[in-house]
Amino acid sequence: MTAHNMTQPTASPALPDGATSAAAPARRKSSCGDRVQRLLPKLVLGPTMVTTLLFIYGYVIWTGVLSLTKSSFLPNYTFVGFLQYEKLFDNDRWDVASLNILIFGGLFILICLAIGVLMAILLDQKIRSEGAIRTIFLYPMALSFIVTGTAWKWILNPGLGLEKLMHDWGFESFTFDWLVDPDMAIYTLVIAAVWQSSGFVMALFLAGLRGVDNSIVKAAQLDGASMPTIYRRIILPHLRPVFFSAFIILSHIAIKSFDLVMALTGGGPGYSTDLPATFMYTTAFSRGQLALGSASAMLMLGVVLAILIPYLYSELRGKNHG
Amino acid sequence: MAELTLNKPRFTLGRVFVYATLLVGVLFYLMPLLVMLLTSFKSMDDIRSGNLLALPDVFLFDAWIKAWSSACTGVACEGVKGYFWNSILITVPAVLISTFLGALNGYVLTKWKFRGSDLFFGLMLFGCFIPFQVVILPMAQTLGWMGLANTIPGLVFVHIVYGMSFTTLFFRNFYVAVPTELINAARIDGAGFFTIFWRIILPLSGPIFVVCIIWQFTQVWNDFLFGVVYSGGDTKPITVALNNLVNTSTGVKEYNVDMAAAMIAALPTLVVYVLAGKYFVRGLTAGAVKG
Repeated sequence: MTAHNMTQPTASPALPDGATSAAAPARRKSSCGDRVQRLLPKLVLGPTMVTTLLFIYGYVIWTGVLSLTKSSFLPNYTFVGFLQYEKLFDNDRWDVASLNILIFGGLFILICLAIGVLMAILLDQKIRSEGAIRTIFLYPMALSFIVTGTAWKWILNPGLGLEKLMHDWGFESFTFDWLVDPDMAIYTLVIAAVWQSSGFVMALFLAGLRGVDNSIVKAAQLDGASMPTIYRRIILPHLRPVFFSAFIILSHIAIKSFDLVMALTGGGPGYSTDLPATFMYTTAFSRGQLALGSASAMLMLGVVLAILIPYLYSELRGKNHG
Repeated sequence: MAELTLNKPRFTLGRVFVYATLLVGVLFYLMPLLVMLLTSFKSMDDIRSGNLLALPDVFLFDAWIKAWSSACTGVACEGVKGYFWNSILITVPAVLISTFLGALNGYVLTKWKFRGSDLFFGLMLFGCFIPFQVVILPMAQTLGWMGLANTIPGLVFVHIVYGMSFTTLFFRNFYVAVPTELINAARIDGAGFFTIFWRIILPLSGPIFVVCIIWQFTQVWNDFLFGVVYSGGDTKPITVALNNLVNTSTGVKEYNVDMAAAMIAALPTLVVYVLAGKYFVRGLTAGAVKG
């Protein structure tokens, strides 16, 4: 910087005549460079903007259009209005899938939140080897749902799995055949999904707990409040934002659940554990009903947006006011 | 539990409850991994006579060898090794390219904002949340048109396109915290767009690169939906091959081979988690909890 400034005064007297003519091209050159510099950010972001608009928004519209046609094995752009949606609601299999997502999603979210909060609170009690315990709680998050499904399919195997273990341990009358029971199989999905994701909720809450102002807790303790009261009245209300984020993430995982079902139950027995995601896949790809599959995908998107938009809205509003 | 006296809390009934509950938790989370490992080292006879948590009579590696090189995944009976390799061929370029593009995007979105760039970022955020079912049919058709259907480059392309929302989010949120004065000073000195990126931004970006690469690696390696829809017979990723292996109903079920194959599919991400758990968790929370 300084060296650069010092050379300039000595350099300019050296070319008194050519100064104006030399300066003009120089300026033109730099303004050209400026223009490139100004364009560069747009050029760099451009490909991403195009792909986002095309492959996300364009495709959502495309799927929406498909859902209004009578496409079966191949796209066929004869429009039939909302016929596919009517068919969908008349479809027994879709009814099962939507009921299942309510059961599965509801239980999965509730149990994950409960375990997550409980474990986070327990881990926050100045526990020895907290790091190791945290690592163990969280490693399932690194696994593929296919691996999780495969492992639990074996553990819950009627005959050789948990049942045999309990028999060997002396509980002769123990039976556990949820995996092959159409009424209970949906709960095996809950077990495996909770195993995979609850550690993550614990990590979210633990981070939240560490952010709670200690002086408030100290003050309450001085006032004679017991620890359970402090948690219920002071600390947990502080963690409201964490509850919301965890809820959003968990509902998102639930709605997208596809791999776990494919690996653990394959949607069966029969189609008793179908979820919207597996319904969409089988309808569009195995049964060649593209339009019906598209309609189900659009409904999935609708549910995600219904959960997400209020959340994002409150987030953005909060930020603007902050 | 003598060590407890080191801490302020003393040995009470409450402490016993805390440790007992945590221990139950630890056992619950560890059990499936333990079962997978134990089963994978057993013979089928051993599996039938023992139980989930019984130690193998003899530790055998047969199931691992079979899972790797000769187990049937549908029609082909060549084990999962080819599919493991496919997953590497898909994951490495997809992760590197999407991460690098995410870094450039994040840099533009924070340090070279232009009219509409904030709006675009908002639009892009949605990409993190859409259920992929809603784009999967048009993409299938597009891949067909581009001649990329059932190919590994096709899968790489899909993973880059739909991974970029996340990578951009990561880098954008990281670069927001880099002081803009630093960039302005460099601009006054005549440094251009790429000079600033290479000389100032990249050297600061180590941690976020680690977080982003680990996140993307886990996502792409563990993907099943794109893999099952867009791959052909011999371009399947490991997750699809594992699912086929476990759910093909021909012949006798070999649970030890299933478990060995599951372990093979899980090992890369598990190793990353063990080596860089801190960054893994940071990615999870950052990726999940928006900006």
